[in-house]
Amino acid sequence: MNNYRYRRLIDLSIRGACIAAVVIAIVPLVLVLTYVTVQGLSGLNLDFFTQLPKPVGETGGGMANAIVGTLEIVALASAIGVPIGILAGVYLSEFGNNRLGKSVRFAADVMSGVPSITVGLFVYGIIVLRTRQFSAWAGAVALAVLMLPTVTRTSEELLRLVPDSLREAALGLGVPRWRATLKVVLRTAAPGIATGVMLAVARVAGETAPLLFTAFGNRFWSASINQPTASLPVQIYTYAVSPYDEWHRQAWTAALVLVVLVLLLNVSARWALHQRVRAS
Amino acid sequence: MKKRLLPFLLSVAALLVAWGCDKKAQPAPEPGAASITPPAPENIALTGAGATFPYPLYSKWMSQYHALHPTVQINYQSIGSGGGIRQIMARTVDFGASDSPMTADEIQKAPAKLHHIPTTLGAVAVTYNLVGLTSPLKIAPDVLADIYLGKIAKWNDKRIQKENAGAKLPASDISVVYRSDGSGTTAVFTDYLVKVSAEFKEKVGQGKSVKWPTGLGAKGNEGVTGQVKTTPSTIGYVELAYAAQNKLPVAQLKNKSGQFIEPSIAAVSAAAAGVELPESLAASITDAEGEKAYPISSFTYLLVYADLHDQKKGPALAEFLWWAVHDGQKECEALNYAPLPAPVVAKVEVRLKELKVGDKAALAGL
Amino acid sequence: MDTLHSRLGPLRRSGRHGGDALFKGLTAAFAVLIIALLADMAFEMARTSRLSLAHFGWQFIRSTNWDPVRDQFGALPFIYGTVVSSLLALVLAVPISLGASIWLSEFAPGWLKTPIAFLIELLAAVPSVVYGLWGIFVLCPLLRNVVEPLLGKMFGSLPLFQGARQGFGMLAGGIILAIMITPTITSVSREVMKAVPNVLREGSFALGATRAEVVRMAVLPFARSGLVGAVILGLGRALGETMAITMVIGNRSEISASLFSPSYTMASVIANEFTEATGDLYLAALAEIGLLLFAVTVALNIVARLLVWRVARSPV
Repeated sequence: MNNYRYRRLIDLSIRGACIAAVVIAIVPLVLVLTYVTVQGLSGLNLDFFTQLPKPVGETGGGMANAIVGTLEIVALASAIGVPIGILAGVYLSEFGNNRLGKSVRFAADVMSGVPSITVGLFVYGIIVLRTRQFSAWAGAVALAVLMLPTVTRTSEELLRLVPDSLREAALGLGVPRWRATLKVVLRTAAPGIATGVMLAVARVAGETAPLLFTAFGNRFWSASINQPTASLPVQIYTYAVSPYDEWHRQAWTAALVLVVLVLLLNVSARWALHQRVRAS
Repeated sequence: MKKRLLPFLLSVAALLVAWGCDKKAQPAPEPGAASITPPAPENIALTGAGATFPYPLYSKWMSQYHALHPTVQINYQSIGSGGGIRQIMARTVDFGASDSPMTADEIQKAPAKLHHIPTTLGAVAVTYNLVGLTSPLKIAPDVLADIYLGKIAKWNDKRIQKENAGAKLPASDISVVYRSDGSGTTAVFTDYLVKVSAEFKEKVGQGKSVKWPTGLGAKGNEGVTGQVKTTPSTIGYVELAYAAQNKLPVAQLKNKSGQFIEPSIAAVSAAAAGVELPESLAASITDAEGEKAYPISSFTYLLVYADLHDQKKGPALAEFLWWAVHDGQKECEALNYAPLPAPVVAKVEVRLKELKVGDKAALAGL
Repeated sequence: MDTLHSRLGPLRRSGRHGGDALFKGLTAAFAVLIIALLADMAFEMARTSRLSLAHFGWQFIRSTNWDPVRDQFGALPFIYGTVVSSLLALVLAVPISLGASIWLSEFAPGWLKTPIAFLIELLAAVPSVVYGLWGIFVLCPLLRNVVEPLLGKMFGSLPLFQGARQGFGMLAGGIILAIMITPTITSVSREVMKAVPNVLREGSFALGATRAEVVRMAVLPFARSGLVGAVILGLGRALGETMAITMVIGNRSEISASLFSPSYTMASVIANEFTEATGDLYLAALAEIGLLLFAVTVALNIVARLLVWRVARSPV
């Protein structure tokens, strides 16, 4: 009996320790989010979304160019990374039960662990130095490389979930395999893939390190994607390490905008996935 | 609804690409076609990068110049002088900026001839964060060198107290702050320290990034100012404008004539007064002679190719430079920079007129 | 109604389908592109760093001397800073992550599981630079004014907690990294524990075990290699993390026993010095650091994937 009580005690204390761990894990999120919200709200106004940055020492101004720059770079990155990722995912799920498929899967997994700064170095070497131009393009390629593994692997997983009976039915109607894959398999998995893509986009939208040597920065609007382009994360970094209170305020506001953007993408993607899982 | 998401995302992306390419196509007509097209307002975007030392002034200039010439956008990124030199050498930017002249090695490795264009004069201020100290800190050259060598580690060290009789100095550790990135400010600061301390010359040496024996690294003038501002017991070196804008205390340094001089526009001008610029237009004015000279003063330069190469950007850049060394100089004092002395401006004018685009003078319009 | 038939459109009978080979080839090309990218990355890094590789050889990772003025480059301080900050992060993050994942998979009431797991995953979504910003303005002052004096008072005799208290340093770096890798380790561990067959749990319950005993005797032994994999994945993330740690670690290339003193990591030295490095050798040395980082994280990832794959097949 005593022994049982002792075991109960252990059980309870382990439960307690685990709950404590959960709480400790969540505390930073709460701290960071409340701090960003409180600090960021104070600088949030219409100017922030419509004005260009002001020179040092002048108050006011906004980050309109950095907000648009981030959207532009991320959209470009998706335009490059998403189709490649999905098609590679199609290969893995439809034709990939072989040595090549295994190696690709492995490479994608390994690639997802490559530090983002290394990707920045790589793109600086292959694009910036060759085109002699820091550009939104270069930044987008760096982000595309970062999202590629995630998009590939989630696409593959979701395509695998499509029941074989659908494939067989389509083939049975006499359509070519490629059409069956595109019109039936891919379309069935599309909502899930969209979720994966949104998660990947959310991840790269906040990346700073790969943009430092690629998209660089810009005080103005960039006239084209061949020019250095401002982005929110780089702007936050520059402003955060600056000595100006005005810039610190703007950095907090920018952080708030970025966090809201990223979390919205993330939450809606997960919510959509959750709904689907519940529905099925 | 949800099923439409992916195609929607893709089409947005595709639209953006199309929009980007479209815009790209506009400002890039062939050089030869330039004379045929009517002089419609065409946007010219110049990119420069480099020194953080003159960044407050440059950012003011660029936005003023844009207001005067709405078609010209000059984007300047303060990534450090080392970065300025490297990016102009790699031709990833249209002009570079540096506080310290390029080394002979760098000049030799550059793909074409580069000119130094002095734009303004500044001072490297020694700033500190000491609670309770009311009068400005006074520092002798050897003391400053030893602080940065780590040989003087406490604020109440006898040698610091000697110059600051009556001041209450805490017994706390000195946290030395230095620049972690390649920086012209570091180059100017170490240029001064090697002149005044043989030991510093031997152990550390002069350069844009050096191996500091002690301290905390921060990125950019901004980073060092930020670090000193937020951390008690620190000492750091930054461009005077940064210290002034952030109301940081600045130390008085003992100059060659034995006077303790606070960094100021007048004291910088005094340091530049006696200097005759060589043909390269690049010269060191640290530890200068003169009663009123502040010892860590320096020119700062923009770096441009002698042949600006681009039919559109070249003349625009040359015109901007012309504006900067004339009208632009009016902005200097309000931001704690010293305007270029008249003899220097005269020499720069000659140099700017020599700038070429292909075989034509870049400043033909003037 | 969206039938299979309507999606396929009018059918054409066209003997064998030449399009299929083309389609397969096309998708295969994109798949191969991933391998090619990875290989090109390695090649590009090696190419840029060959000058430094040839000049310093093994000395590069043994020397502590990083002196751009004299063109002497040794990466040991950065390797040390990276390894120690990451290990510190693991020491802080592993117990918390394991505790949290055990609770999520074994103890949590069903209605709480999803929201809590969701919150923890949101932590992973907050951009690195935002953590850095918070680190500069909240964490570092807190460490300087409260935590470091307290640690100094309590354990001041240990070299770990001596020296000037600046806030910016190894401790701040370790804590920021710990916050950032906790969600990674937690969610992978949870996946791994989810994959433990329920039969094992039921068997233990039938023998009268408490929940904690089930965890210890049935779940953990089965999941062990997968959990190790989760930790290694977290380590990989910590090693490569750049922005947040650059903003708080102090950026000083020195090896010091104290957790209070500033340090430098491989990723931060690249972020700080890469756009500025002028000399060829300097540039090559930075690229070699990038290469090392690349090699180490790739190796860790391979090991981690193999370990996790043994237990659970999940896209992470």
